[in-house]
Amino acid sequence: MAIPVMKESWQSKVLEVVLGATPEKGGTRGKTITIGGESTLPYLLSEGDIPNRPQVAMEVWDIAPDNWEEQLMEPFADVIEDPAAWAQKCVEEFGADLVQLKLMSGDPEGEDAGPEDVEETVKKVLKAVDVPIIITGPGNEEKDNLLLPAAAEASRGENCLLGLAIEENYRTLAAACMANGHNIIATSPIDINLCKQVNILLSEMDVPKNRIVIDPTTGALGYGIEYTYSIMERIRLGALQADKMIAMPFLNFVGEEAWRTKEARESAQEGGDIRLGISWEILTAVNFIHAGSDLLVLRHPDSVKQIKEHIDVLMGS
Amino acid sequence: MGLTGLQIFKLLPKTNCGECGPPTCLAFAMELAQQKTSLDKCPYVSEEAKAELGEASAPPIRLITVGKGEKEFQVGDETELFRHDKTFFNETAIGFELEDNLEEKAIRDKAKTIDGLSFERIGLELSVNLVAVCNTSQDAETFAKAVSLVMEETDLPLMLVTEDPTCAAAALEKCASSRPLLYAANNENYEEMTKIADENSCPLVVRGENLEQTAEITDKIAKLGYRELMIDPGSGGAGEYLEDLTQIRRLALRKKFRPLGYPTVVFTGSEDTYQEVIEAAVYTCKYGNVVIMKEPDDWKTFPLLILRQNIYTDPQKPIQVEAGVYEIGEVDENSPVYVTTNFSLTYFSVMGEIEASRVPGYLLIVDTEGTSVLTAWAAGKFDGDKVAEELVQSGLEDRVNHKKVIIPGQVAVLRAKIEDNCDWEVLIGPGEATGIPSFIRKNWQA
Ligand code: B12
Ligand code: SF4
Repeated sequence: MAIPVMKESWQSKVLEVVLGATPEKGGTRGKTITIGGESTLPYLLSEGDIPNRPQVAMEVWDIAPDNWEEQLMEPFADVIEDPAAWAQKCVEEFGADLVQLKLMSGDPEGEDAGPEDVEETVKKVLKAVDVPIIITGPGNEEKDNLLLPAAAEASRGENCLLGLAIEENYRTLAAACMANGHNIIATSPIDINLCKQVNILLSEMDVPKNRIVIDPTTGALGYGIEYTYSIMERIRLGALQADKMIAMPFLNFVGEEAWRTKEARESAQEGGDIRLGISWEILTAVNFIHAGSDLLVLRHPDSVKQIKEHIDVLMGS
Repeated sequence: MGLTGLQIFKLLPKTNCGECGPPTCLAFAMELAQQKTSLDKCPYVSEEAKAELGEASAPPIRLITVGKGEKEFQVGDETELFRHDKTFFNETAIGFELEDNLEEKAIRDKAKTIDGLSFERIGLELSVNLVAVCNTSQDAETFAKAVSLVMEETDLPLMLVTEDPTCAAAALEKCASSRPLLYAANNENYEEMTKIADENSCPLVVRGENLEQTAEITDKIAKLGYRELMIDPGSGGAGEYLEDLTQIRRLALRKKFRPLGYPTVVFTGSEDTYQEVIEAAVYTCKYGNVVIMKEPDDWKTFPLLILRQNIYTDPQKPIQVEAGVYEIGEVDENSPVYVTTNFSLTYFSVMGEIEASRVPGYLLIVDTEGTSVLTAWAAGKFDGDKVAEELVQSGLEDRVNHKKVIIPGQVAVLRAKIEDNCDWEVLIGPGEATGIPSFIRKNWQA
């Protein structure tokens, strides 16, 4: 039976953002990674292109995490005190496409490390791996503004991805990214207008649109995931309908949210069945992939493996 | 596409008797087109007209009921492509395969395992919906026997997976009264399968080799007069299913394309247990109405059921609980007092941990329109003034002999405002509810 065809053709597409710089471009990365560029809703490949597959990053902390459950720590036990070795293990052994270096040592309520310590860590990690890197601060506005410019300078020319820029605190970070040739994570609390607002503020500081990645705020499975899912769908529809101010690729911090949940934590405690926690992380990630995520940060190596396999299936490779 | 007023008018008696309300048949037809009235108001309309009009006004995706009794479920009748446009209505039904050629004990065990996949979270019960008994043996007697065994172990609705009408009939003899879902009619067997389904009044899944053939078969079956159908478009792999399920939803909703206006059924293809739950998650988000997996592991089913619950939550109304004072355990005048918001998830997280602490406590729930602690705080719905006011009005000071209130660690900043506005002393609790048991053991003396 002949059936009517209902193919969408969109006026526009998601912007492409390039992460990392090879020696020709003034960096030392072995390869660059491009995210974004979709001209169709997630994986409707007969209606448009998905030129770049979603990328999977893993978290690397600059101090040993004090709140990861036993079984979650296990795969990293031998490298937990050494961010360079940790990053290396993620890339070489666990297949991470890139790493997110979290400068948790800077937390004023913890070690309260200063800019010099951070500079050194950034350099060490850049030397240990040749993939592009994401760098984020401890999440305290004052400390972020002190540490991130130092990190930006220490990684000058490497075309990293730095964050988080929020409506109340973006100037210092935006300036540091511009001065040192980096991309920036624009974070907003699950709201399409606030998302646009941060992007406008960054644009007003002359940050090019193809250097911005949207962090829509990630809710975990069972803890607000549906809000993130729907806001991502709405933002992506806007992008395809040519709203340039929300046409940037998405980043989701999946691991940190999923492993914060009571269910995942309990599963990773002694005697628990960590496969539950891994499923929790995986399903959180899958949900966002199908809302348009371009870059996902995960924690558990098994999640990385499974999610990459799913992406292979979707991309037909 | 509904019919226009004029199209409807042509089907009416044209006597202008006025018994339907409006003075003329034409006026009535116009109101019908705008869905302002209903056809049964006209006592004179012919049976043929009723059938034609009824079909035109049926929902774009048919609502199908599977099973009978407490565990029956309904799928279909969806109206949206995106949940943010309104909501998704009838949750994806989740089931597991069970092969009929296993040993009796293995059949019983697996049926029991599937039956036991039920979890409680935030006051709601999450369960799987059906057992898909597969006629792997291709033998009628074995199939019927397996169905009986499964029915002894579970009262979940059944799906009978066989393309052999003889086997289907044999199994239906055991279970027809519980309205199982029959899978599947194909291009060869559809006449016989339809007859069997019709005779036993059970819903039938149509499985074509692709979208076109699937539509062709449902159309032929509809012409035979049977419409209790679901469809499996027979796609090759997860990527293709995603595209086909999207096409089906779009065609049904936007074009009211009848041959595909039925709920969908998908079997996951992967043998790897993580990959199979990933596939199931994709279909749960994107237009799968019945999803069947292979391995009934609790560690992957529980998160899948939560994903389903999240996706099918009405975006306009977060699940909330009533504001007020809740007593958790055998409270007395020395019991601690906690405060939090009325978002259901928040309430149940906190309530569960107070229970787990084994120290009975009072929990004061502030109405924050169903938002979480930080969301409410950021939106100005959970501030120091409000908490203080609620504390004073709650009457708690007459029920306990202390004036200490424990607030969520994430809103420690509220302390000063609360203490300024009432004479309760504020204790700052842990950031996550899971910290409550150890917090209370360390810090509580009335
Ligand atoms: C989902 C979500 C939403 C949903 C609403 C969901 C809901 N029903 O509440 C939507 C999209 C609508 C939303 C909107 C907004 N949000 Co919001 N949202 C979230 C998100 C992703 C998850 C929240 C959640 O559901 N948590 C789960 C519940 C269970 O957590 P909880 O209530 O805090 O409870 C836990 C603890 O606090 C503790 N606890 C709770 N009670 C008690 C009591 C005691 C005594 C103790 C000891 C412990 C305790 O136990 C619980 C479990 O551990 C968070 C970010 C995140 N990843 O967490 C942002 C977040 C909370 N939102 C935020 C903001 C700013 C907003 C908006 C104001 C944005 C805007 N301007 O539009 C709006 C406000 C909407 C409004 N006007 O009502 C910010 C708050 C920032 C801040 N620190 O102030 C956050 C943190 C995001 C961010 N990083 O910017 N949001
Ligand atoms: S009751 Fe029927 S016949 Fe009479 S006016 Fe109304 S539509 Fe016409």
